Amino acid sequence: MEIGLNHYLVLSTILFAIGLVGVMRRKNLLMLFFATEILLNSVNISFAAISHYYGDLTGQMFAFFVIAIAASEVAVGLGLLIVWHKKHNNIDLDSMSTMRG
Amino acid sequence: MFEAIAFYLFAFLTISMFYIAVTTSQALYALSALAAGMIFISAFFFILGADFLGAVQIVVYSGAVMALYAFGMMFFDTTREIKEKQGNKAIVLGLSILSAILVGAIVAAPIVGNNIEALYPMVEGAGNTQEVGMVLFTKYLVPFEVAAVMLLVAMIAGIVLAGKKMDLSLTLMSEAEILMMKEEDKNKKALS
Repeated sequence: MEIGLNHYLVLSTILFAIGLVGVMRRKNLLMLFFATEILLNSVNISFAAISHYYGDLTGQMFAFFVIAIAASEVAVGLGLLIVWHKKHNNIDLDSMSTMRG
Repeated sequence: MFEAIAFYLFAFLTISMFYIAVTTSQALYALSALAAGMIFISAFFFILGADFLGAVQIVVYSGAVMALYAFGMMFFDTTREIKEKQGNKAIVLGLSILSAILVGAIVAAPIVGNNIEALYPMVEGAGNTQEVGMVLFTKYLVPFEVAAVMLLVAMIAGIVLAGKKMDLSLTLMSEAEILMMKEEDKNKKALS
């Protein structure tokens, strides 16, 4: 049985759906970050698969830049999270509703 | 044949690991499951012939990002069980509709893209790492430099945000000094 582009795209969709569920149902901000990483990784899989099946390197380039952005997002996000935790002693999403209209 | 076996095996492993990472109530389990899932994802990159991307995935995600998360978890109380949101029916319905549309669009996408021509085609007789270098340092040189500057900015931001009061050590201070520091903090908060 031949593994085609559709197989990889369906796998990427499943992983993206898992990440989306995680983003929506998590209350703890650290767990929210984990779900974001899952979203970025599922997109990377489809980039690499398209790059392979169309014989084009652009997909891999985009995957590299996605990885770079994910790394810097983690650095800044964790710094902000540590500052928030020092100030309020919790990292629950519900405690951050001070800007609610 | 072996490609199919490897694909299904790693697909099952990745999906189950990420499912654990999303659903578990223990932060430590979520972290370990996420790290395992990242390594399994690099297997797909190796199957697809993107060797350099797979190596970068292992180094950056399992090495740097996971170590950073593990380091960050030391600051938070991770032994406490994580509370979940109450299930909202409207959100669940909206998400499932969105996922269904996503599946349809993704499966239909290769039909639309049938007549796509490669912009930077793979070079004959060169390894993946060589190809990546040839494209990255010619066509994508400016984005590459911008990404480097962005990482530098993120590093400095991380140091500035997390490094406040790192020069003080609570274990080396006497009780009286700690009490004095707490009083100072209270006064500062009252003023601001």
